[in-house]
Amino acid sequence: MTKEVGLSHVTVEFGDYTAVDDAHLTIAGGEFFSFLGPSGCGKTTILRCISGFQEPSYGKLLIGGRDMRGIGPNKRPTALIFQNLALFPLMSVAENIAFPLEVRGVGKKERRRRADELLELIALPGQGDKRVDALSGGQKQRVAIARALAVEPDILLLDEPLSALDLKLRQHMRTELRAIQKQVGLTFIYITHDQGEALTMSDRVAVMSRGKIQQVADPATVYNAPATGFVASFVGENNMFEGRIAAPAGPDGTAEVDLGLGARVRVQAAPGLGAGEAVQVFVRPEALEPGGTAPNRLTARLEKVEFEGAMRHLLLRAADGTALRVSQVNTGGDAGPGPDAPVELGFAPAQAIALPPSELARAG
Amino acid sequence: MKPRGSLSAFAERNGIPVTLYLLTCVGIWVFLLVLLPQVTMLDYSFRANLPPSKVGGPEDVYTLEHYRYFLLGSSANPDGWNALDIGVLVKTLVAALFVTLFDLAICYPVAFLLAKGVRGGGARLLILALIVPFWVNEILRAFAFRILFGATGVLNETGMMLGLWEAPIDFIGSDVALYAGLGYAYILLMIFPLYNAIESLDSNQLEAARDMGASWAQVHRRVVIPYAKPGIASGCTMVFMLSAGALAAPQILGGPSNLWFTQLVYQWFNSGGNWPRGSAYAIILLVVCVGFVMFMMRVFRVSIGAIGR
Ligand SMILES: Nc1ncnc2c1ncn2[C@@H]1O[C@H](COP(=O)(O)OP(=O)(O)OP(=O)(O)O)[C@@H](O)[C@H]1O
Ligand SMILES: [Mg+2]
Repeated sequence: MTKEVGLSHVTVEFGDYTAVDDAHLTIAGGEFFSFLGPSGCGKTTILRCISGFQEPSYGKLLIGGRDMRGIGPNKRPTALIFQNLALFPLMSVAENIAFPLEVRGVGKKERRRRADELLELIALPGQGDKRVDALSGGQKQRVAIARALAVEPDILLLDEPLSALDLKLRQHMRTELRAIQKQVGLTFIYITHDQGEALTMSDRVAVMSRGKIQQVADPATVYNAPATGFVASFVGENNMFEGRIAAPAGPDGTAEVDLGLGARVRVQAAPGLGAGEAVQVFVRPEALEPGGTAPNRLTARLEKVEFEGAMRHLLLRAADGTALRVSQVNTGGDAGPGPDAPVELGFAPAQAIALPPSELARAG
Repeated sequence: MKPRGSLSAFAERNGIPVTLYLLTCVGIWVFLLVLLPQVTMLDYSFRANLPPSKVGGPEDVYTLEHYRYFLLGSSANPDGWNALDIGVLVKTLVAALFVTLFDLAICYPVAFLLAKGVRGGGARLLILALIVPFWVNEILRAFAFRILFGATGVLNETGMMLGLWEAPIDFIGSDVALYAGLGYAYILLMIFPLYNAIESLDSNQLEAARDMGASWAQVHRRVVIPYAKPGIASGCTMVFMLSAGALAAPQILGGPSNLWFTQLVYQWFNSGGNWPRGSAYAIILLVVCVGFVMFMMRVFRVSIGAIGR
């Protein structure tokens, strides 16, 4: 059975520091939901609220519609996988996995049977008698998942569980986690500061900054239509230009914007942005195209070309000093423009967005 | 001892003078302060008790007389066993064990709170509050306990004033004062090993266990205590050894009928004027205590090396 998790205006304060500021969202049963944000933005604190180690200072936490205030972590239908896994080093792998059953008074035989079953699920059959220290990082990871699943939780909470693994293993475990989630059908609430992880695995992502939730949406929307300047610059690479609305958005949802670097472009904008208002315009590096026929045009000087195998990145500088980044698929052969050459860039209105200025946005 | 390779490596890194200095210090410590006195005592315990004039004479031979005496009593003893002295030894061990368990029961929660419960400044204050009372010297503390527990002491006065009991209770005669005094005297030696052990336990493991549905009792039984076992063993060993070997507290706080084994040793050395027998008794106490501790560590599967951690 799956239960939805509701955060109703949850605020957590430590002294006069607000770690989580008015988080308000609902996570559906069976969903793979991620909290994405930089270090220290309050992700772990939210997870600790859901698991019961931290009571919200204000607001309510609901699981399956029930207010969880005063209900301890051992009484909630959640299981938390810690940032450092927190396996018990003095117990064998099987004992670790069966610990939740042991404390519920399940008999030894049955515990062993369940542990073996779960070991099967995490693709470590027959390794139950090993010491935890004898396992590799990825195997420990899977044991931690099995142990959490042994609780038979409705909701699995994962706190950056892959951060300690090397890149290859991390990518492998992403697929594996997603597969396990599909198989067991539980709600996964996943925390990460790695946008790649959040985007590839999640049904929906909540992007956080300084305790505030900036946007809750599916990965494509977060990437293509960021709600705030922070989201636009934190998720993926982005070019940012300061500008001012020249003509507010019409029925087609695009507005005309005068860019600081001396060009007038047509970009996506919220209808609320009136003429003369300062905005930040974001254009993805892959949306900028040298030459081409797109209506919005900029010129900049090429400073450097970064070669990265499948991709090639052009680093340019506009006349007013704004740095630009253009990413191209490497098609081979073509050497591209030479250094110091003036390059004309074009981009489509649908691929650029104007947002109210945010101090949290940093130029891509 | 370290293998020679590491010693020469140490000498290379820190220079010959430093190495020699360290070796000399360790040598003096081990030989002069630890080995020599014990070996002398051991030697003494096998000698006859002779006046100075006869030392080195024909009567000065090695003998098991003192050990025989401990087991069988004087040759005039009809029932065969030295029930009195053996009884005192057994009682001392049982009492020391009791003091140890009592301290463990008190110190475990305190150490756990210190290590995991209170944050930063609070812990430092608590530790200070634990240490400072030990600046009061042992004798003074023992007499203070005597006054506290005496027939007209604070405890009896308060109890009677509140109507809890009518006549003064003989806390000293019933050894309550002794146990309290001994228990208190070694509390730090129990708390610090426990604190050290528990402190290094990853707090996430406590939370993980809680999260998986364990009650606090289960968290302690399955996670904290197994992890802290070396610390528990180390604390218990120290408290046990020191209470079994205590002299001042039993002397001052013990009831008139209660003899601590160390008091027997003291009597042989002092009023009895029989140093070899005193030595034999001291050696017996040492050997029996060490044997007992080893046995207990066997039972609880703690290795000797773990205690040093
Ligand atoms: N118990 C606490 N007391 C005081 N401040 C705390 C406490 N727990 C967290 N904080 C503060 O709250 C903020 C958010 O912490 P949190 O652990 O939620 O961040 P995070 O997003 O998980 O970061 P990371 O990615 O580094 O794990 C931090 O600034 C942290 O210092
Ligand atoms: Mg965190």
